Amino acid sequence: MSNAQPALKDWPLWEVFVRSKQGLEHKHCGSLHASDAAHALQMARDVYTRRQEGVSIWVMPSHLIAASDPDDKDQLFDPASDKIYRHPTFYEIPEEVGHM
Amino acid sequence: MYTQSFSVPDEGDKQAALKTVPKPQSAAEAELQKRFDERIDADGRIEPRDWMPEAYRKTLVRQISQHAHSEIVGMLPEGNWISRAPSLKRKAILIAKVQDEGGHGLYLYSAAETLGTSRDQMLDGLHSGKAKYSSIFNYPTLSWADMGVIGWLVDGAAIMNQIPLCRCSYGPYARAMVRVCKEESFHQRQGYEALLVMMKGSQAQREMVQDAVNRYWWKCLAMFGPPDADSPNSAQGTRWGIKRISNDDLRQKFVDATVPQAEVLGVSLPDPDLKWNEARGHYDYGAIDWDEFWQVVNGHGPMNRERLATRVKAHDDGAWVRDAAVAHADKQKQRALKSAA
Repeated sequence: MSNAQPALKDWPLWEVFVRSKQGLEHKHCGSLHASDAAHALQMARDVYTRRQEGVSIWVMPSHLIAASDPDDKDQLFDPASDKIYRHPTFYEIPEEVGHM
Repeated sequence: MYTQSFSVPDEGDKQAALKTVPKPQSAAEAELQKRFDERIDADGRIEPRDWMPEAYRKTLVRQISQHAHSEIVGMLPEGNWISRAPSLKRKAILIAKVQDEGGHGLYLYSAAETLGTSRDQMLDGLHSGKAKYSSIFNYPTLSWADMGVIGWLVDGAAIMNQIPLCRCSYGPYARAMVRVCKEESFHQRQGYEALLVMMKGSQAQREMVQDAVNRYWWKCLAMFGPPDADSPNSAQGTRWGIKRISNDDLRQKFVDATVPQAEVLGVSLPDPDLKWNEARGHYDYGAIDWDEFWQVVNGHGPMNRERLATRVKAHDDGAWVRDAAVAHADKQKQRALKSAA
């Protein structure tokens, strides 16, 4: 039925990060296709901030993100689970000291 | 907005399913499957790079892309009325709503892409007529009251469907649904309020609202999908944490929520069997015409051809814009290289 050429083959994928208000960090909120960075920013504004969800937007090409392998989860993160001395609640302080 | 809360195979899927015989699992796969099952049982979430069974991936790609297509095609019946909205205020509201639907489609396409399908594949599926979308959009929007009724009932039904999807086991889909649900409430309320205004108008306006309700009521009930007894795929969806509430339970929730709203509005719902059942604590309702429903799902509704043709034309007409954007990006890149040299 359609004789259209592929739509977005040449528009790379971008990840979008939005700062919801001044003083907070940019947070990942999704992705979109756009021809270049300026275009991606414009699209991100329309797709992800139609209701004042942000005061600032970052975009970056998705392929530039390096991610840890889910299969490495145990070796990466488990070693921290038996180091409870890294938490303040590990230490008992006499009550009369008050808040510390 | 709107999903059919059940899994309809796309054209061609059925034959493919018959041909593929599942391969026996290797020991390593069995171990991965076990870990996957444990995570699902513990109500955990699956993320894009996690191992998942091929059938889980396929089911999600189909469901999320059908959902995305529904949002995109859903712009068409309402887009019809932008130029004919009765006031500037209603026009601005309708434009905002249609833009939201486009946005919802984009969130969902992105979520589906995390499963390894591409935007082009999905759009090809839609444009070639292979992929399904919600059958509710294959009916015409005959009067302005239809805009109100679509907001009130169609979006209302969609909200019932989508709220449980915010807890779907697949992370990107669940997160997209949280975003969608936040915006959906505006859609329903603007529709209901538009109808309230019409009901305070002339007799002709009230009749217009009643006519639109009469035409859409049963189609909205059918949106929840076949009765549980006839939904063989539901059990697997439930097992995977994709489907949280059954079709019939969602439908009942929708009826129970809508009857009092209809009373406040002052319209009747076109079902002589609709009445409160004290023993069940729910409203009983009449039999749904499933033959009509399947006719429309299978491509024979009043507007199937027209919707698809409009969508394909819009896409084709936009080709030069997509090409121009790429040409512009290339030129900018060349310029940056030159000035760096």
